[in-house]
Amino acid sequence: MSNISKTLRALKEQGKKALVTFITAGDPDLDTSEKIVHTLIESGVDLIELGFPFSDPMADGPTIQFASERALESGTTLRGILDMVTRVRQHSNVPIILMGYFNPVFCYGPELFARDASAAGVDGLLLVDLPPEEADELHPLLKQAGIDLITLLAPTTGAQRSAQLAAAGEGFLYYVSMTGVTGSKQVDATAIAAAVSELKAQSPVPVAVGFGVSTPADAAAVAGIADAVVVGSALVKLIAEKSASPDLLDAVGIFARALKKAI
Amino acid sequence: MNYQQPDPRGHFGQFGGRYVAETLMPALLELEKSYNECQADPSFRAEFEAYLKNYVGRPSPLYFARRLTEHLGGAKIYLKREDLNHTGAHKVNNTVGQILLARRMGKRKVIAETGAGQHGVATATVAALFGMQCDIFMGTEDIRRQALNVFRMKLLGATVHDVTSGTATLKDAMNEALRYWVTHVRDTFYVIGTVAGPHPYPQMVRDFQAVIGQEAKAQILEVEGRLPDVAVACIGGGSNAMGLFYPFVNDQKVRLLGVEAAGLGVATGKHAASISAGRVGVLHGNKTYLLQDADGQIQHAHSVSAGLDYPGVGPEHAYLKDLGRAEYVSVTDDEALAAFRMLTEMEGIIPALESAHAIAYLLKLAPELPTDAIILVCLSGRGDKDIHTVAEAMGFEL
Repeated sequence: MSNISKTLRALKEQGKKALVTFITAGDPDLDTSEKIVHTLIESGVDLIELGFPFSDPMADGPTIQFASERALESGTTLRGILDMVTRVRQHSNVPIILMGYFNPVFCYGPELFARDASAAGVDGLLLVDLPPEEADELHPLLKQAGIDLITLLAPTTGAQRSAQLAAAGEGFLYYVSMTGVTGSKQVDATAIAAAVSELKAQSPVPVAVGFGVSTPADAAAVAGIADAVVVGSALVKLIAEKSASPDLLDAVGIFARALKKAI
Repeated sequence: MNYQQPDPRGHFGQFGGRYVAETLMPALLELEKSYNECQADPSFRAEFEAYLKNYVGRPSPLYFARRLTEHLGGAKIYLKREDLNHTGAHKVNNTVGQILLARRMGKRKVIAETGAGQHGVATATVAALFGMQCDIFMGTEDIRRQALNVFRMKLLGATVHDVTSGTATLKDAMNEALRYWVTHVRDTFYVIGTVAGPHPYPQMVRDFQAVIGQEAKAQILEVEGRLPDVAVACIGGGSNAMGLFYPFVNDQKVRLLGVEAAGLGVATGKHAASISAGRVGVLHGNKTYLLQDADGQIQHAHSVSAGLDYPGVGPEHAYLKDLGRAEYVSVTDDEALAAFRMLTEMEGIIPALESAHAIAYLLKLAPELPTDAIILVCLSGRGDKDIHTVAEAMGFEL
């Protein structure tokens, strides 16, 4: 069983929900990102999502677009992020998921990426623009390397397709709470409750909900229906606002603990 | 040769495909289904052809460029006059097709990205024709370069969204259009302007633009009694080239030649020659040749022509290149500008800067061929929109 599955199962057995946080690795720079990751882990975050930057983030709103630009300006590469994961792994066994777009992975080389990511201690990969239909050149390599390829589902995904995708889920299913880009609207937990519970019934793996979860209250509402709650843009925004401030890590810690407490 | 591409999942060999966010997948599957139904429906074809004839003004003429031919002293040069279409370029062939499809699918709103503004104008035009809401995404840099087309789109009732992200050109306009589509996918049809994007767009746009090559083939057979030796077209995303090439793909003796934008020169790194100088990657929903750095970050394209200023190319061109069925070359900004003036002075035809790239390559190609050889060139658009850019390049104050 993968590290992601083990972690989520242990939480479920304790009757707890998982808190997943997303940050863009390299924003403002990789050293700071590493400190932020440690702070998140210390604050009780259960799974870490590390965004790797892409020049053309087509599914992201301005917050994550700008974060990607800053990460690229600070010289962040996939190789650099894997090195950071290697260092984090020396201190923590928290599941780490890399998230981004396919081209940097394709360019790195699917085979080499699977090998290096596995060696670094990456547990999962989430590629926004790689639907299962196009995953044949990557998925078997990840499977061999013990890395879960996380599947995204959206409100537009029809019933038949949902059932198909859910049945093949690895690690967890990521349900996108709205038809939109990241960080554009506030999640409406009541509106998605039926879809999420249907998905939970179909899925062999836990269901996480993300997009539009920005406050502890949002997180609490989503935790009421899903197994895991993903917070991304709100945290990225906080990091952007505080990146030059000595309070950065304190602010991140306070926010993460508030989210954790709320779920 | 029996050429049948793409495969049922939208792949042209290793290229093409459907690399998009899950939110868009159901919309693309629905689009593919509707498109296949329309293709099989003679009433759709008839409606499309009626609008091409009576609204666009097709067939466009095939014109023998006598003075240009004599000047270059080699092969006979025929121009396929897409510049004479309503709205002044080949782009409208495709927007008529896609918007008729959108209507059949019950969509009332359309969006489009645009670089030079020709596709934006063509989309806004057909949207006006059918009373549909129209939103156009255009980079700030292109809005500056193509002020005339921006005003035309506004007159036609479209909302023009100023895209400031990234390099503020065509690639970023496409990013923003995709973001908007993700948000409004339930009631909005995305009219992609070139043979790129996720399946079925590359196939669909090619099929709608294939009227260029179909007409040209019949016309040259009528005038010359034989097929051309070479078919030449400029390539940004590659829609006019694909439209010209496709009906000739099985005619092995016809050389297919695509002309990319070399900008300041391929060696300077400031160019838009994705096939000549790019590597395989994934952007905007398809796998193709892209200008990118060692880490897979997309690089800035450069061309004096806004319509060619794109760091990728349609996947079918990438496939034809690897197959060896089509050849791809490039010409610089300066060569294109010189060709722009040459065609204007010699034939009284002011070409779009995009089309001027195809003309520019004739300077190298035509003299090498015997005088009984035939070159068919797609003159994809007229140059009125580029007058400011050309004046600026010539140091002329308007």
